[in-house]
Amino acid sequence: MKTMLAAFAFTIAASFGAYFVLSEMGFSSEEVQSAPSVRLD
Amino acid sequence: MNLKIIGAGLIALLTFAVTPAYSEDEKQRASTGGAQTLDDILARQKGLEVDESFRRDNLGSSDNAQPASNSLGTLGGFSSSDIYRGIRYAESDIKVSNNSHASEILVQDGGMSWLLTREGNVRAFAGYGIGGIIIALAAFYFTRGRMTIEGGPSGQTIERFKSFERFGHWCLAGSFIMLACTGLLLLFGRSVIIPIFGHEANAAIANFSIWVHNNIAWVFMASLVAIFVMWVAHNIPSKLDLVWFAKGGGIIGNGHPSARKFNGGQKLIFWMTIVLGTSVSMSGLSLLFPFEMPMFAKTFAMINTVLPAMGLPTELLPHEEMQLAHLWHAIVATTMIIAIVAHIYIGSVGMEGAFDAMGDGQVDLEWARQHHDLWVEEEQAKGAPIGQAGDVR
Repeated sequence: MKTMLAAFAFTIAASFGAYFVLSEMGFSSEEVQSAPSVRLD
Repeated sequence: MNLKIIGAGLIALLTFAVTPAYSEDEKQRASTGGAQTLDDILARQKGLEVDESFRRDNLGSSDNAQPASNSLGTLGGFSSSDIYRGIRYAESDIKVSNNSHASEILVQDGGMSWLLTREGNVRAFAGYGIGGIIIALAAFYFTRGRMTIEGGPSGQTIERFKSFERFGHWCLAGSFIMLACTGLLLLFGRSVIIPIFGHEANAAIANFSIWVHNNIAWVFMASLVAIFVMWVAHNIPSKLDLVWFAKGGGIIGNGHPSARKFNGGQKLIFWMTIVLGTSVSMSGLSLLFPFEMPMFAKTFAMINTVLPAMGLPTELLPHEEMQLAHLWHAIVATTMIIAIVAHIYIGSVGMEGAFDAMGDGQVDLEWARQHHDLWVEEEQAKGAPIGQAGDVR
């Protein structure tokens, strides 16, 4: 059971990790699809 | 005089009689000024193939440009209708200020069929399919009961799966369950959540669901690769599997069919997970990176090479690629959910002792002998340690 709970904890942590990594890579649609002339913020 | 009138009448009748059918279409088109006819509209409503070339190709020409003094002069020979038709059939050269080629498509009429398929057949498949398997398993449970260990547990245990195998399995299982739940929440949000909980609740649930779905998908894909690497060698089909299926895994006749580490049913689940999991991952990546990973046109071209009679379209607009990826994603995922519900049943309440294999990895020796006799022999020949039930691990 410990392994199962560890796997679930890893899954949640990896999801947050994926979110932050993808955000840093400019994953969002607004960043991918807007031209340089568009001010996002 | 009368003869002349009769003769003219006969000639007119003959002319109408031998006029080809398309002339009727042309006449109807002429009556609408070249626009579509009632027949075209009715055929489209019935879902029949309509030859759109009469307006798809009717996009105006600069050769017919009117002088600037004319009211049409400023459009250079193209009327507003010509320009609209160009937009309608994605034939116009549209310039947009963002980076996506998809934005150059201003009108795309596949959206309605995508929406209707999603709200109709896909939801029906998911609802009836998943509901059906749950009812069928409940009926099986209440008529046949739990599959028990014949003669009861031995009290001795043997290690069935090592911790890294269980870790990989639970990463895949946990991420899949979350993906399935959030996917179903997104699929049934409008038809189930909004009528019961309202729009605000559905907006919050949908936001949460899409965040979880997009980010947990990476764990699913990584653990799918891990599972494949760990277990593919044990899942090569063999003649033993045919015997296993012939005996219904032990349901038909007496005694349990022989099996190594994985029996025929488990191999079926393994390959279903790998094949459908890969497919759902590919369509999922296509959805995660909109318009950047189109794959259906290429896939259709490959299918057409093998099965030319299929005649699948090989030129798809970016939006059509996304619509097909979305529908395919839902259909494949639903198929997986139906199969995995059965897998969860047999691995938990359906069979005594089965959960232990993925719980702490230690299974009752008698359970192992009944379901995986050849694997037990192999493990004991290698000197696998035998434990006692209740050992602290």
